[in-house]
Amino acid sequence: MNRPRSGTADEPPFVLTQKERGALRIAALDPLARRCKLALDMALAEARALVPNLMTAAMDHAADADYLLAAAAVCEKFTPLVTLRGREGLILDITGCAHLFDGEEALLIQARRNLNRLGLATRAALANTPDAAWAFARFSSTERLPPATEERAARALPVAALEQERHITLALTRAGLRTLGDLADRPSSLLAARFGAGLVDILQRILGRDDIRITPLRPPPEIMADKHFATPITAMEGLLAELARLAGDVMSLLERRGAGGRGFEVIFFRADGAVRRLTIETAQAMRDGARLMRLIALKITTLADPLDPGFGFDALRLAVTWGETLDERQHHLSGGQVADEEKRGLADLVDRLVARFGRDHVQRFVARATHDPGEAGGVVPYLSPASSASWPPLEPGHPPLRPLTLFERPQLIEALAEVPDSPPRRFRWRRQLHEVALAEGPERIAPEWWHSHIAGGDHPPAVRDYYRVEDATGQRFWIFREGLYEDSTTHPRWFLHGLFA
Amino acid sequence: MTLMPRPLPHADPDARPQFTLAGEAVHEFYAGTGIRSMAMTGGVLALMHLAKRGPKLWVRHAALDREHGAPYAAGLAEFGVDPAQVILVRTPDVTGALQAGLEGARCHGLGAVMIELWGEAKAYDLTASRRLVLAAKASGIGVFITRMAATPHASAAETRWLIHPAPSRALAARAPGHPLFDLTLLRTRHGREGLRYLVEWDRDVRDLVIHSVVTIADSLIDDRTGIDGTAPLSRAVAALPVNRPGMPGIEPAAQRHS
Repeated sequence: MNRPRSGTADEPPFVLTQKERGALRIAALDPLARRCKLALDMALAEARALVPNLMTAAMDHAADADYLLAAAAVCEKFTPLVTLRGREGLILDITGCAHLFDGEEALLIQARRNLNRLGLATRAALANTPDAAWAFARFSSTERLPPATEERAARALPVAALEQERHITLALTRAGLRTLGDLADRPSSLLAARFGAGLVDILQRILGRDDIRITPLRPPPEIMADKHFATPITAMEGLLAELARLAGDVMSLLERRGAGGRGFEVIFFRADGAVRRLTIETAQAMRDGARLMRLIALKITTLADPLDPGFGFDALRLAVTWGETLDERQHHLSGGQVADEEKRGLADLVDRLVARFGRDHVQRFVARATHDPGEAGGVVPYLSPASSASWPPLEPGHPPLRPLTLFERPQLIEALAEVPDSPPRRFRWRRQLHEVALAEGPERIAPEWWHSHIAGGDHPPAVRDYYRVEDATGQRFWIFREGLYEDSTTHPRWFLHGLFA
Repeated sequence: MTLMPRPLPHADPDARPQFTLAGEAVHEFYAGTGIRSMAMTGGVLALMHLAKRGPKLWVRHAALDREHGAPYAAGLAEFGVDPAQVILVRTPDVTGALQAGLEGARCHGLGAVMIELWGEAKAYDLTASRRLVLAAKASGIGVFITRMAATPHASAAETRWLIHPAPSRALAARAPGHPLFDLTLLRTRHGREGLRYLVEWDRDVRDLVIHSVVTIADSLIDDRTGIDGTAPLSRAVAALPVNRPGMPGIEPAAQRHS
C-alpha cells in the first residue's frame, strides 16, 4: 500500500520504518525507494548510506488499519461481503453482484478507480476462490483469466504465493519445487507429513479445488436496495428523492415476505471515498416508506457532523438490518382500533425522539433483582430488548421508601450533633444546614460480597445504614452512614444518596 | 377533562377546599431558587397522575441530574408510578427539551408530558409556550413544565404554580410520612389566584388529598417565595371566585366521586 504523494519529480525516496530485532528497519517503501535498491527489512542505517536524501516516517499500524477499514467501506458499494486480508488486503465476494456493474471486468476497474481516489496504489485480481484471487493479485500480473485457464495459471505461481513461513518456502525451493504446479503433482499426504496440513489446504484453495467463502466485516443485511449514479448527486433534495424510491423498493420486498423492519441503515457513498452511515431503529416493525423517510430526514437535520455532499454522492444503499414478521393489520371493531391507533402513535413518538436525540437518550425504567440500591433500578435505551424484573409489591399505608432521584456518586455530608445508631440531628449539604425533624431507620444494606470479591477489591465495601430523614422545611432525604461506630479505627462518614419527593 | 385532587374525606363538605386543573393545557411550576426545588418532580408526577390514563413522557434537561440526581426506577415504583409507563428523554439543552416536549404534546397515545428545565431558560419564551398550548389543546393531553432555579416570565400557560415540599404528618416513631406538597396558585387564566393548598400524595390509591387551603394576598407572594411570581401571563386575567358555576376548569368536587 502506498501513501499518496505529491508527484513532483525531485521528491526523495520515501520509506516507513519500524523497530525490529534491535534496529530501525524498513517496513514499507515507495517505488522510487525500490528503484534505489532499497528493500524491505533493510536496516535504516544501511538504507541511509545508500540513499542520503531518504525521507522516513515511523510505521503506524493503527492508522494503516483505519485506512484499510475506510477502503473496505468504499468497497461495500460493490458488495456487502467485504473482508480484510492481512494488513493491506481487501477481499470482495462479488457473487451475484457483477451484472449490476456491467460485468466483472468493469466492476474491477471501478473498484480500483475508487481506491485510487483514496490515494492507494492497488493490485487486484479476480478468481473463483478468495485465496486464488489473493495469490494472483500478489504474485501474478494477470487480473482476469478465462475460468477454464485459471488452474493452469495458478500452477505457474511461485511457491511464495502459499505465504508460508520463510523456512518452509526456502525448503521447498531447495527441493526444486518452484511453482504450485510442482507441488500439486506430488501426493498431498507427503506434503502434509513434511510441511503440515495447512500448506496442503492453502494449495487446494489457490488451485480452486477447495472453496471457502470469506467472513464479511459486517453481517450482510436481510434486505437491501442500492442505487448507483453515473454522475454524482450534490443536491440533497435529489438524493432524498432517490432514497425515497429505494425505501419504496425495500418496503415492497418486506411486504412480499410478510415482514417489517425495526432497524434500517442508510449508507451514503461519496464520490471521493467518504462513506456515511445512518442507522434508524423503530419501536415497532414497520414497512411504511413515507414514515421511514420522515425519520431519516429528522436524523439528517440533527446530525452533529452534517452530511456534506462535497463532490457529490455516487451511490446509496438502504438496508434492513433487523426484520420482524409483521402481519397485515387487522381492523378491529371500535375499541380495539382506538387502542391500536394510540399504540401506533406512541411507537411513532418514540421513533421520532430516537431519531432526534439518539438511541441512548430515550429511555425506559427496568427493575433488576438486586439489593444494591445503586443497581436496583436502572434505565436502559427504550429500544433495547432488555426486559424488566417485576417490582416488589408496595406495602399499603407506607410512604415511598426509596427516593425519586439518586445521585450516581453519594454526596458527602457534614453530620453535626451525631447520636449513635440514629441519624444526626443536623447536617450540612451544599453549604446549607438541615435540621432533622423526622427520621426512620436504619435500613442496613450490606454490599453484595459475592460481587465485590470478583471485582478484586482489597477489602469489601463497608456496610451502609440508610435513613429516611425529613428536615424542618419538609425536604426529604435518603442518607446513609458508612461504617460502624464500634469500629474505632475509622470515624463513620455520612452521605446523601437520594432525594425524596 | 379536568384534574382534581380528592378532598379530605372527613372534612366539612361545605368548606371542602378544591382545585382543578384543565387536562388539555400547559401548567407551569416554579420552586424559586435553591434547594427546595427538589420536591417539584414528585409533586408534578403526582399531579400528572390525575391526568388522562396512558404512558407519561418525562423530558429532563440533563443538567438536573447533576443537581438533583438521576431519576431512580425503584423510587418511581415506590412513589406509586408504574415505571413501565414512563418514557424518559434526557436532552443536553433546553431547546432539545422543548422539542421533545412538543413532540410528546402532539402525541395522542400519551397520558401527560412533563418537561423539566433547569436555570433561566431563554428558549422557553412566549412563542415556545404558545406552541405547547396549541399542541396540548389539539391532542387533549396536559403538559407540565417544571422550572428550577428560574424566575417566571411571560408565557401562554394556563396556570402558574409555586411548589414546595411541606413537613409531612409524622408516622409512628417520628418517621417521615406521606409526601406533602405546598402548592400556591400564582397565576391562572380562569379562576382565583393566590390560593395556597397543602396536598398529600397517597401512593396506595394514587391520588392527591387536599389538606388545607389558605388565601394569601398577592403582596405576600413575593415576600414568601423570594421570586417574582407575578410576571404576567400573556394577557390580562381577572381574578374570579373559585367556585363560580359554569367556569371552565372549575367543577364541584362531588361530580368526580359520584
